[in-house]
Amino acid sequence: MELFWFIIIGLILTMFFILDGYDFGAGIIHLFFAKKEKDKEVITKSAGLFWDSNEVWLVAAGGLLFMAFPTFYASVFSGFYLPLIIVLWLIVFRAIGLEFRGHFKYQMWKAIWDKSFGVSSLLLALFFGIALGNIVRGVNLGGVEDGISIYEGHYFFLPLWSSSFSPLSTHPGVIDWFTLIIGFISVVTLAIHGANWVILKTNASINEKLKKVVFKLNLVLLVLTIISLVGWNIIVPESFRNFTVRPYLIIFPIIYLIGLIGLFFRSKMKKDFTAFMCSTLLILGGITSSLASMFPVILPSTNSVNEHLTIYNTTTSQYGLSVALSWGIVGLILLGVYFIVQRRLMKGKIDDMDYGH
Amino acid sequence: MEDMILYDRLQFAFTITFHYIFPQLTMGLSLIIVFFKWNYLRSKVEKYNDAAKFFMKIFAINFTMGVVTGIPMEFQFGTNWAKFSELTGGIIGQTLAMEGLSSFFLESSFLVLFIFGEKLMGQKLHFLTAFLVFLGSWASGWFILATNAWMQHPVGYEILDNGKFVLTNFSALFTNPWLLPAFLHNQAASVVTSSFVVASIGAFYILKNKNTEFGKLFLKTGVIFGLISSILVAFPTGDMNAKNVVKYQPAAFAAMEGIFETEDAGSEIILIGQPNMVEKKLDNKIAVPNILSFLTYQEWDRQIMGMDKFEEAELPDNIPLLYYAYHIMVGLGTIFIGVMVLAAFFLWRKKLYAMNALLWTIMFMAPFPYIANITGWYVAELGRQPYLVYGLLRTSEGVSPTVSSGNTLFTLLGFVGLYTLLGLLFVLLVGKTINEGPKSLNH
Ligand code: HDD
Ligand code: HEM
Ligand code: HEM
Repeated sequence: MELFWFIIIGLILTMFFILDGYDFGAGIIHLFFAKKEKDKEVITKSAGLFWDSNEVWLVAAGGLLFMAFPTFYASVFSGFYLPLIIVLWLIVFRAIGLEFRGHFKYQMWKAIWDKSFGVSSLLLALFFGIALGNIVRGVNLGGVEDGISIYEGHYFFLPLWSSSFSPLSTHPGVIDWFTLIIGFISVVTLAIHGANWVILKTNASINEKLKKVVFKLNLVLLVLTIISLVGWNIIVPESFRNFTVRPYLIIFPIIYLIGLIGLFFRSKMKKDFTAFMCSTLLILGGITSSLASMFPVILPSTNSVNEHLTIYNTTTSQYGLSVALSWGIVGLILLGVYFIVQRRLMKGKIDDMDYGH
Repeated sequence: MEDMILYDRLQFAFTITFHYIFPQLTMGLSLIIVFFKWNYLRSKVEKYNDAAKFFMKIFAINFTMGVVTGIPMEFQFGTNWAKFSELTGGIIGQTLAMEGLSSFFLESSFLVLFIFGEKLMGQKLHFLTAFLVFLGSWASGWFILATNAWMQHPVGYEILDNGKFVLTNFSALFTNPWLLPAFLHNQAASVVTSSFVVASIGAFYILKNKNTEFGKLFLKTGVIFGLISSILVAFPTGDMNAKNVVKYQPAAFAAMEGIFETEDAGSEIILIGQPNMVEKKLDNKIAVPNILSFLTYQEWDRQIMGMDKFEEAELPDNIPLLYYAYHIMVGLGTIFIGVMVLAAFFLWRKKLYAMNALLWTIMFMAPFPYIANITGWYVAELGRQPYLVYGLLRTSEGVSPTVSSGNTLFTLLGFVGLYTLLGLLFVLLVGKTINEGPKSLNH
């Protein structure tokens, strides 16, 4: 049961990063590459029409996490208090940037919301990566000082950063060089994904240029990936063990690799959708590989006093998990139906659509 | 520790109060939009379609606000109330997750289609999207109230040795006797809000002699919806809620009504008076004997327990606020019925559109249902104190053990700043939409 919900929540979260990922990416692209008003407008629209229905995947993942792994939810949300609240604020700025831009025609009004959308997309992408980095690296569960826990063993609190900036210190902060690298990976990945989305969904004048940008970013991503793997091996020595014990898990890193390699051939691709699928694989592979490497741990403890949080020691009753299954399946089917209906009705390029608005 | 709880509570109270400004309009207005759209489908009179689209524009701005202030709500259970989440997540996580999985998806997927899809889909499907948005928002309300009902009156649970609440009976969550009255009352109250908003915009257009055709339509619709919902809010739904409170939270009821001392026979109903917490009595009260006993039990001399019957530690910790909130809600409720009955009467006599005084009143009434709704929630939430889960888990036991008061104060101030900005933007954009009027839709 725990395993089932872990997989479901993992998938929903991955879906969130794939879907909202492209509108985060669109924000980053918008910030750096869109110069003409026409491009700005259509890129905002390509994100603006979808962000809300994409963001509900986050709300759903949050709700399910709360239901299935309450101890984990409580621990992580209170432990990462400050970064989470900052993420919330960024989500607000991004959303109002997207929604309110079109209400007035003044140049300055638009400029403000453009920046609001672009900058918060960028920072959110960074923070999401940093969050993943923190989960992989682990935290000082129980706030152990000299072998004694100051909180209950499954609680912790992290400052935004610590003076040493090192993931190996006894008191790591949320931001250290390792989590920062993962953060950059996230930014670059989502920028690629967003560029592919913009090319797919719009007739923006910068589309040809973006194809080259994708190639360059992909190179950067390759380098960052290698650095992160080396760094990760230093921090978590047994990081690859899961893949030797359960060799079938190798499939996840392979998915990532396919995406990465595929994108080097971006300019040769006939269909823009193929490219979009490649960056989708990138996100899918990246997240699932990280989760698979840790399994069944979901938050490692960096001290030896308190045990890691796993899907087994953070869950609720079996009864609760199994009744949730009955409505969960119905919910997921509905969700699939809504998703397909909405996408069918909104297919094609944004600027070719006739809104009647 | 003390101020930590204080800041956590203030932050929750502030953010939820702000959040709740928006969903009440979302839920009520979606019903009225469906009504307009339905009338258009039936009569093909263009006016109705324009009305639906005009309110959808306001709805969209409102909805965005609801979403961006709602996401912090969901997160705050974990960030500020970690211990509470850890202990009860297995139960309230069920209803919250059902909300996320079903109703939010429904709403957000179809709202875009409603706003942008009219030409894409044709009229029938367009009506359907409006209906689904309505369904989604009411389902949201249902699941949220199920969550809240469990905290007010816990059912279907078992407490393990480690203090965790686990679910033992899923269907009990939805057959909770607290839930249905609370849901009906709350939904009726949100229709009150939106009727007053719609009527108020109508009165504004008529008074300004601009878009008067729409003005009349809005006013009429607002008054009819407003009359029905204002009555429903008081009776039977408000009455049902009050009976639940007496039954399940007698201490809260005593505090709401301001009964400091138990009377031997029937209880008087207090119309006006100020709670005096030092001497434990009401100052300057005006009361009518025995009415309260009759209203709650339909027996004139039935005894109702006063606050003297409860230990200090069982009583809500902010009695004056609870008392005032309750009396404001009920007082406003009575005024709403009065205004709407009057307006409906003159509407029927075909005099309403020319009655300037009444139009001005209706125009300026729009903020008051918001106040009534919010004070209503204060009644519910303050009455639940000093517990988070009534009778079982104290509020002080629910906070995050690791988050310091400095951090909470910082984020609280941050939310205050951010929400002030949001509030200003909201007023600006809605004001602009109203000013442009429904005509501007057909540019
Ligand atoms: C337009 C708003 C509005 C109006 C006019 C009223 N209410 Fe109300 N009331 C609400 C809006 C509301 C609410 C915001 O919707 C609440 C908060 C929780 C809930 O379920 O509904 C509520 C809660 C609430 C409660 C508390 C339940 C609890 O403790 O959980 C009681 C006893 C009443 N109401 C009773 C009444 C009565 C007797 C009214 C007579 C006129 C009345 N309300 C008018
Ligand atoms: C399902 C809906 C709701 C849930 C689950 C909920 C839950 C909570 C929780 C966990 C707290 C913090 C702990 C406490 O102080 O008791 C709280 C406090 C509070 N809530 Fe609610 N709430 C809901 C709806 C609302 C709404 C809509 C409002 C007002 C508009 C509201 C007003 C308040 C206030 C004023 C407090 C502070 C009470 C105090 O600290 O004494 N609540 N609620
Ligand atoms: C503490 C309690 C609450 C939490 C955690 C919460 C959570 C949320 C979230 C996450 C959203 C955004 C959903 C999206 O992305 O589309 C939202 C919107 C909404 N909420 Fe709340 N909410 C709370 C209180 C309430 C109450 C008391 C009601 C009404 C009874 C309500 C009704 C709605 C509705 C109808 C929406 C969608 C429409 C809108 O956004 O205006 N919520 N809420």
